[in-house]
Amino acid sequence: MILDLAAYLAFFLTVALSYAVITLGLNVQWGQTGLFNVGVAGFVAVGAYASALLTTPDAPDRFGGFGLPIIVGWAGAMLAAGLVSLAVGALTMRLRSDYLAIATFGVAVVVQLCALNLQTVTGGPFGIGFIPRPFTSFAGDPLLFSLANLALLALVVLALYLFLERLLSSPWGRVLRAIREDEAAATALGKPALRFRLQAFALGGAIMGLAGAAQAHFIGFIAPDNYLPTLTFQVWAMLIVGGSGNNRGAILGAVVVWALWALSGSVIGSVFPAGWQARAAALQIALIGVGLCAILLWRPRGILGERRIVSRHLVTAPKANPSLVNNTPPEIPHA
Amino acid sequence: MPAAFPSSSDTAPILEARGLVRAFGGLRAVDGMSLVLGRGEMVGLIGPNGAGKTTFFNLLAGSLVPDSGAIMLGNRDIARERPEKRIGAGLGRTFQIPKPFREMTVLENVLTGAQGQSGEGILANFLSPSRVRVEEHRAAERARELLDFVRLSHLTHEPAAVLSGGQRKLLELARVLMADPSVLLLDEPAAGVNPALLELIIDRVRLLNAQGRTVLLIEHNMDMVSRLCERVVVMAEGSLLAEGAPAQVLARKDVAEAYLGQVAA
Ligand SMILES: Nc1ncnc2c1ncn2[C@@H]1O[C@H](COP(=O)(O)OP(=O)(O)OP(=O)(O)O)[C@@H](O)[C@H]1O
Ligand SMILES: [Mg+2]
Repeated sequence: MILDLAAYLAFFLTVALSYAVITLGLNVQWGQTGLFNVGVAGFVAVGAYASALLTTPDAPDRFGGFGLPIIVGWAGAMLAAGLVSLAVGALTMRLRSDYLAIATFGVAVVVQLCALNLQTVTGGPFGIGFIPRPFTSFAGDPLLFSLANLALLALVVLALYLFLERLLSSPWGRVLRAIREDEAAATALGKPALRFRLQAFALGGAIMGLAGAAQAHFIGFIAPDNYLPTLTFQVWAMLIVGGSGNNRGAILGAVVVWALWALSGSVIGSVFPAGWQARAAALQIALIGVGLCAILLWRPRGILGERRIVSRHLVTAPKANPSLVNNTPPEIPHA
Repeated sequence: MPAAFPSSSDTAPILEARGLVRAFGGLRAVDGMSLVLGRGEMVGLIGPNGAGKTTFFNLLAGSLVPDSGAIMLGNRDIARERPEKRIGAGLGRTFQIPKPFREMTVLENVLTGAQGQSGEGILANFLSPSRVRVEEHRAAERARELLDFVRLSHLTHEPAAVLSGGQRKLLELARVLMADPSVLLLDEPAAGVNPALLELIIDRVRLLNAQGRTVLLIEHNMDMVSRLCERVVVMAEGSLLAEGAPAQVLARKDVAEAYLGQVAA
C-alpha cells in the first residue's frame, strides 16, 4: 500500500515536472519577453513526434523508426521544435503582437491535424507506440522504475532552471527585459528587437519540444489527442498561478495545477457514473479556471510573482536593498 | 537664406540632412528639411510646437524612414539604415518623453546602453563566461561614473519607475552616453526640470560638447539655447525657416511670427 502510494507519487511528480519543463519554456517566451504563444501544444507535439520518429524501431507501415538512442531523440526534439518556432516567429514577429497569438494557435491546429492525418509518418489517430523508455531494466520493479524516471526529470528541470537563471541574469536577459519594457528605447540603444525576440521564441519552443520528448519517452506512447488546446490552457494556468516571469514560479505552478488536475480527475472518476464521466471531464477545465481566478484575486502576480533580476556579474552591488526584493515597485505618476 | 554661419563651414560636416521629407497621411510633418552639423558643433533646433522637430530627430535616428531625402553620416547615406545600427555608427538620441525601462534598476538602465557586449549573445555566456564577466565589470564601472556625472548615484539600485520626470531626463542622458556617441541628438533635455536641475543639465551638456561631442539640441527654453549654442536653426511647418546666432535669429520678424502664428491658430 505504502509502496503503491510512493510509486504513484513518483509517477505524479514525474508528469508534473514534465509540465514544469513546458512552463519554463513558456516563461522564456511570455514571462521574460512578452510573446503571446497560444499554440503551446503544437510545439510540444513537434518535439514528441520528432523524438518518437528518431528513436522507435523501424516500423514497416510508416516512415522511419530510426532506432537511435533516446538522447539523440531528445536533441532532435529540441532542434525540430526550435526550428518550427524560428520559422513561425520569422513569419509573424514583424507584425503586430496579436498576430503572433493567431499564428501560434493556427500552428497548433495544423500540427495536430498533421499528426492525425499524415498516417505514414505519425501513425494517424492511433499514434506511435513502442517509444523506448529509459530505465527499462528496472521495469520489473514499479517503484524503482518510477523513482529513476523521477530522478531523470528532476535532473532535467534542475539543469534547465540553472541554465535559464544564468541566461536571464546575463546581458542577454537584460536586453530582453529592456525590449519588453520599451522597444523604441532599446532599439535606439542599438538592440535589434526582432532578433532578440526570435531567439527567445525559438529557445522557448525548443524547451517545449524537449518536454514533449520527455513525456513521450516516459509514457512510451503518443497520439494526436495528447496535444489538444487543453494542454495549452493547462500550461498557461501553470505559469500564471506560479508567477509569470519567475522560473521557480513556473515549476511550482506546474506542480500545483497538475495536482489540482489529477485530484479533480480522480474525484470526478469516483463520483460520477461511468456514462457521465466524459461530460464531467469538462468540470476539470472549469475547476482550473475557477482556481486561476481565485489565485489572481488573491495574488495578482501569481504565487511567487516576478523577481527583479539583476545582472549576475554585479554581485558587488548591495544585495540587501529592500526595493530590489519588493514585488511591487512603487508607482509614481508620469512627468 | 541667411548668410552661412562661420562655425558650420569652418569644420568638416559630421552629419548632414538633405531635403528630408516625411508625411503622415496628408500632413507633411517634415517637409524638405536640410541641416549641416560640423564636427564638434553645438547647435540649437528651435521652432513652435508641431513644427516637426521631433519627427526630424526620428528620421535622423532611424525610428522613422524618410519619404525622400538623404542623411549623410561621414560620407555614408544612412537614411534607410535600421535604427539599431546608428548608435554603433556614433549617432545617439534621447527622447522628448523619457523612456526608462521602468522595472529595471537605474544601473541596469544605463548598462543597456553599452555597445558590443559579447554577453548579449546567448552562447558567449556559456562558452566564454570570463570574457563576459570582465566586460560587464568594465561596463558597470563606466555606468557608475555616468550616474555620478548626472548625479543619480544615490538611486543606482532603485527601479527606474521611481524616478521623477527630471531624473528620467538625466537617466536618458546617462544611458545614451554609455554608448559613447560622437553625435548627440537631445530632444528637450531640460523640459519639466526644476531650476537647480536645469543648471546641472546645462552644465553637463556643455561639458559633453567640450569633450568633442557634436550636439544637436531641441529646446524651447531660449535662455538655455542662447547660453549653450553659437548657432540656432529654426524649423517651422516642417522646413528650415532661419539660421544664425541666437540673438540675431530671435530678433527676426518671421521667426516671431512663426511662434505667434501658433498662438493665433
Ligand atoms: N506618428 C505620427 N503620426 C501622425 N502624425 C504625427 C506623428 N508624429 C508626429 N506627427 C505630427 O507631426 C507634426 C510634427 O510633430 P513633432 O512631434 O515633430 O513636432 P515638434 O516640433 O517636436 O513639436 P513639440 O515642440 O511640441 O515637441 C505634428 O502635427 C504631429 O501631430
Ligand atoms: Mg517635439
